[in-house]
Amino acid sequence: MMQHLPILQVLLPLLAAPFAALLRGRELAWGLTFLTTGAAFLISIALFLEQRALGTTLVYELGNWAAPIGIVYVIDAASALVLPVISGIGFIATLAARQLVAAEIDRRDHGLFYAAWLLTIAGMLGQVTTGDAFNIFVFLEISSLSAYALVAMGSGRDRRALPAAFNYLILGTVGATFYVIGIGLLYMLTGTLNLADLAERLPQVEETRAAFTAMAFIALGLFLKMALFPLHFWLVPAYAHAPSAVTALMASTATKVSVYVLIRLIFGVFGIEFPGLVDGVGLLVLTLGIAGAFVGTLAAIVETDLKKLFAQSSIAQLGYMAIGIGAMSATGLAAAFLHLFNHALMKGALFLAIGMIAAQAGRATMGTLQGAGKQIPITMTAILFGGLALIGVPLTAGFISKVYLIRALLEQDFWLLAGLTFVSSALALAYVWKIIEAAWLRPRPEGAPELSETPSQYMPAWIMVIATLGFGIYATPLVDAAFAAAHVFIPATVGAP
Amino acid sequence: MQDDVVIRVVAKVMIPAVMLFALYVQFHGDYGPGGGFQAGVIFASAFVLNAVVFGLNKGRHVWPAHYNLMGICGGVLIYGFTGVAGMAFGENFLSFNVLADDPIAGQHLGILLVEFGVGLTVAAVMVMLFFTFAGRLSHNRLLSKSDAHERRLAPKSSPSKEVTK
Repeated sequence: MMQHLPILQVLLPLLAAPFAALLRGRELAWGLTFLTTGAAFLISIALFLEQRALGTTLVYELGNWAAPIGIVYVIDAASALVLPVISGIGFIATLAARQLVAAEIDRRDHGLFYAAWLLTIAGMLGQVTTGDAFNIFVFLEISSLSAYALVAMGSGRDRRALPAAFNYLILGTVGATFYVIGIGLLYMLTGTLNLADLAERLPQVEETRAAFTAMAFIALGLFLKMALFPLHFWLVPAYAHAPSAVTALMASTATKVSVYVLIRLIFGVFGIEFPGLVDGVGLLVLTLGIAGAFVGTLAAIVETDLKKLFAQSSIAQLGYMAIGIGAMSATGLAAAFLHLFNHALMKGALFLAIGMIAAQAGRATMGTLQGAGKQIPITMTAILFGGLALIGVPLTAGFISKVYLIRALLEQDFWLLAGLTFVSSALALAYVWKIIEAAWLRPRPEGAPELSETPSQYMPAWIMVIATLGFGIYATPLVDAAFAAAHVFIPATVGAP
Repeated sequence: MQDDVVIRVVAKVMIPAVMLFALYVQFHGDYGPGGGFQAGVIFASAFVLNAVVFGLNKGRHVWPAHYNLMGICGGVLIYGFTGVAGMAFGENFLSFNVLADDPIAGQHLGILLVEFGVGLTVAAVMVMLFFTFAGRLSHNRLLSKSDAHERRLAPKSSPSKEVTK
């Protein structure tokens, strides 16, 4: 059984999806989803522990066809780190989905909702597990198509979900098309789609224009998918108008998977020595990342709708991950992996807490929050901790990733960038303070909707908050895992700390 | 369109032929051009032709709405569990060698089942897409969200010919 874990990781949610669609009763569909995501989470932890213990790469050959010909699933230090993020968030979001979905989705659609939910999780897990460039595209489409449907399901409550989902569909498809054009060029040049094989054969053709064009297409397509500034315009409406559970799931995982795929393709296939990578893609990612950090943070400061506010802040946080990638060093990549992990936790906590408020009040705006600190203190404290982690306050996970990010920039003598990163992080205090002020320092206005909280409502968010604090206080194992993941792409000898 | 005798008779002759051809493309896909995807589309086109010629109501009678979900999910499950069968015999996922006595027959059987799953899903998706778009202004369970929209529009727009028959 153990040797089948890499495939079961993807296969379980994938095959549970049709059953969920066929189950009519909403409790049954939720129960199946809950069990499946729970099993997927356990599998990902088992894979992580096994990979860390062995220190090697686990390879699973589909249909017993060996590597360059067949499709292989590869668990190395990088994928072993990202899998628990996706499946863990998927599991906790499912835990919260029971109430959120019951409040926001038509009862008849629950089976289809959970089918799309499982498919999007399966697609994301597949992108991380597979070692085949075209297989990544297939899973990209599986997760994206079901994500479009999930966003559109917000239309029962908020009609603006439909144009948001349509925009997301168009831009997501453009991104996926660019990616597949790039893969097509690489296939034409090398005759292989296996990632390891591609990395071996590319140096022979690296001076050709086609290889360079392929890199440009792949990078651009994935920039769109990961919502890197200025290609982020699909993200804010999609997150704001989607059902609350979907926002929590997608905000913590969807863009992160694209960050992972970008790292896997740029560093794992083209490699750091590829001509034009460091001064071309690297510089571009660095510039766009820091610009995105500022634009996202400033837009979040003026935003009053809470979902939009934290969606804008996601743009900023993705900017930090891009800065880590753009530093083109092992420390930078480790910082990107750390932030990928930590940001998933804090954004999950925030969106789950906000979702509970939105499910009760219809919308979650600054107005809804006025004086909410006294009515729902436990939920608001979760939002407070999530916000503090976004700023990067010590003792939260956000601090750890910011420290390594700034360290990576200082290693390369990017003093100005390090300063800018620090300033933009500090600016995040402005929007977190806005929330604190509204929730605790203002009285609850007359006639405001009554908010309540029960343990089952705030528990999922608090699980994430506790994880955020836990990884902030005791970060050593996570930092080790992140450096191991980074060393998959940039060997320890290059730019070692 | 059912008033036109030529169209009606030709459609009646063509529909079984289209279905038979779909089955040929499906099961001969191992040896010649074809396979589940193409066969599914061809098979679905027979139902589309039936609905276009004899009206949406009769079309729905031949292919009730609950076939959609069963076909779509059933095809995926056939594909998936053909792969899982390999695991049950102690090999990797999608390993067909062990499905029969000798590996070549096993590969044949495996790909036949997988392609059948593909064909079933594709056919059901194509028919569902057709009925979803064609039935926008009349009753459709899958578009239950737009019920209010329908109620508003239905009295104004003259019911289409097919629906009244």
